[in-house]
Formats: sequence, C-alpha cells, structure tokens
Amino acid sequence: MSTVISTSTIDLQLLRSVQQLGTQIGHTPLHRITRLFNKPGVTVYAKKEWKQLSGSVKARAGYAIFKAAIENGSLTKQKALLDATSGNTGIAYATIGARLGVPVTLCLPENASPERKEILRSLDAEIIYTSRFEGTDGAQQVARALAMEQPEAYYYADQYRNDNNWKAHYHSTALEIFEALPGITHFVAGLGTSGTFTGTGRRLKELNPAIRLTSLQPDNPLHGLEGWKHMETAIVPTIYDSTLADDNLEVGTEEAWEMIKAAYHYEQLLLSPSAAANLVGALQVAEKLDHGVVVTILPDNADKYKDIIKKLL
Amino acid sequence: MATVIIPTPLRKFTNNTARLEIEADTIAKTVSALTVNFPDLKKHLLDDRGQIRSFVNIFVGNDDIRNLEQEDTFVAPDAIISIVPAIAGGAIVNVAVTGCLLPVTRT
Repeated sequence: MSTVISTSTIDLQLLRSVQQLGTQIGHTPLHRITRLFNKPGVTVYAKKEWKQLSGSVKARAGYAIFKAAIENGSLTKQKALLDATSGNTGIAYATIGARLGVPVTLCLPENASPERKEILRSLDAEIIYTSRFEGTDGAQQVARALAMEQPEAYYYADQYRNDNNWKAHYHSTALEIFEALPGITHFVAGLGTSGTFTGTGRRLKELNPAIRLTSLQPDNPLHGLEGWKHMETAIVPTIYDSTLADDNLEVGTEEAWEMIKAAYHYEQLLLSPSAAANLVGALQVAEKLDHGVVVTILPDNADKYKDIIKKLL
Repeated sequence: MATVIIPTPLRKFTNNTARLEIEADTIAKTVSALTVNFPDLKKHLLDDRGQIRSFVNIFVGNDDIRNLEQEDTFVAPDAIISIVPAIAGGAIVNVAVTGCLLPVTRT
C-alpha cells in the first residue's frame, strides 16, 4: 500500500534543521588493536562510536529515525517522539530532540544507571520509569500502550521495529568501514535491537559476499551487557534477521569485565561493557584466523559506567 | 514464607511462575531452594564456584544484599525478595503479575 502525504504536514524549517544536524552523525575513527592482539597476517580494528553526537553508536539510528519521521510528516514540534530504551538510544533521541525543539518521551526501566537518568533529565526528556523486573521488553510494552492511547500526542519511534534503525548502518557505518578498510574479511558485533549488526552486515555482504559476519549474544539471560539482548529469552526485535550471520558466539559478562581492564591497560581504551564484549568476540574470531582483517564496533565508552569502572580499574 | 519475585528473563526456567513462596531464613538458603526446585536456574544465578554471579542483583525489600550481609542476609518470613536483571534483555511471558507492565513513575 502506498502512502500519500501532504506537504502541508511537513514542517519545512524543522526539516532543514534535521538535515543540517546530519554533519554531526557518524564518520567515527577506527582504532587498530596492536598490543591486546598481535598476530602476523591478522589485524583487528574497532570503530570508536562514541566520537559523534550524543556519545554513542545510537546517534546513527536515532538520527535516521528522527529524520525519516520529519521527512514524511509523522513528527512535528506538536508531537513528542516516544520510545522504549535502555539508555543510549534515549540519550541520542533526547540530544537530537533538544537541538530541534522536538519533545522526547522515553520509557526507561527504573534500574537504568544513575548517570543515564541524569543525562536524560539534563536534556529535558520526559522519562516514564518502567518495572525493574521487565528490562527493555517491559519498557516497550508501556511505550506501545501509551502510543495507542494517545496517537495524537506521540510519534512512536519503536526502534526494535523501525527499518530506519538498521538502514542507518546500511547507509553509513558499513560504507565508512568499507571505504577505510576495503580488505575487511570479518565483521563482528553484538545484538541488541540488532540494527548495527543487521544494517552493517547486510551492506558489507552486498559489497563483498566473502565477508564473514559473526553476531554476538550474552551467554546468560541475566547478563550485564547493557543494550544487548539474549534472544532466546527476550522479545526478538522485528528487524532482526537471523539468517544474516555466518557464525554466532556467546560472550559472558565477566569476560567483558576482564576485557575492560585489558583494553584500558594495553590499548588505553576506556570501554563500556558492551564495547568490551564486542572486542572479546572480535578477538575470538581473530585468534582462529591465519590471515584477515576483523572489524568490530565500540558502541560507547565508559563515561556512563562509573560504578563498574570504579570497581574494575 | 518469603516471596521471591522472578524477573521475566528467568521465568522460562520456573514454569512461567513469577512469584514463588520459599521457606528459608537466609538468601543463601533461598537461592539453594530455588536451584533445587528449578535446576535450570542454577547456571544463571551461580558461577562455577557456587557463588551468586556478580551481575545478579538480589534485593530484600528495597535493600541490595550487597549492602546487607550478602548471601548471609537474614530473610524474614514475610520478606519480599527480588532478583533484578541488569538493564538489558527480558521476555514476554504470559503470567499475571499485578502492575508489572504499568509505568512505575513518571518525571
């Protein structure tokens, strides 16, 4: 079914503002791992995604979702963007919303880290705290119910179902990686909404079908890898393509914590648990190779995990 | 008997039961009873040394047992014990837990 949208519903000034904001999204640097892993013929690179607006990889999806909704008239300054989030997407939405003057309402599990709550409050996002027993799955249900109750008040972004999530990576992350490292042989990333893995992986496969894709998941339903999903016990995001990965690996929370220490010691990288977990997976892939270029994503740094860092370092 | 609230990611391993009544006077005994009754829970709650995994958060009432007596924390007969996941994950399980899907607070 095709949708016809009247241009009168599109706020042209808002459209110009969101387009201008695009220069602050993506184009993040690659860090070559040299001390933590050193094997002739095999190189490992990690993309430092905190080096963009809002300090995490979620700037890409958040921005793409915002932009598409403004472009098609679904989102104006008269509506609030609404979504469920465990933190980084919320910070991306709130940062972009604050820049554009669009209100943002977030459903956030009440056990989110204090740093995240503080950042979101400082960005004037409205926060609806949801059950600490339900994680982001419970937050999604609250957001969905709210959107159905008040469709005139909210644009429900639904990052777990929104194609602009994975498309953001299809159109940016993958191309940045391939342009910088045309010899890439392996891409490794964890699954949360699965947007990063799906979008980046799908495009890399199109650019070179020989590139091997490895998806990572936590090894435990009660893991500590913020942003990741244990697919067996979670609501599987609609955008997740289970056929895309050539290989799947599990990473333990304790392994990620050990990697936080090692990455700081050997690479001077201060990583979040999920970034460290991606690096664990990338190094596991790299260790099995004789030749190759392995690339992974570092979704964010340790800025929002002061308690964990204080205990580990 | 104390009530133990099972978080959604673990209900798959407790026959979709959200609340369990357990007779035990410490957290260690409570967890032991849980894993005896539901053996699949063991690897998710305990590490290889049999200790509660460091990222598993257990509360008695509103207090984290890390701030009490850890595994030796006393459990009163009417205590509410919560196993709280870290921020990610979760699951849809069709169990009736009053208020679980309602917003907790709004700022």
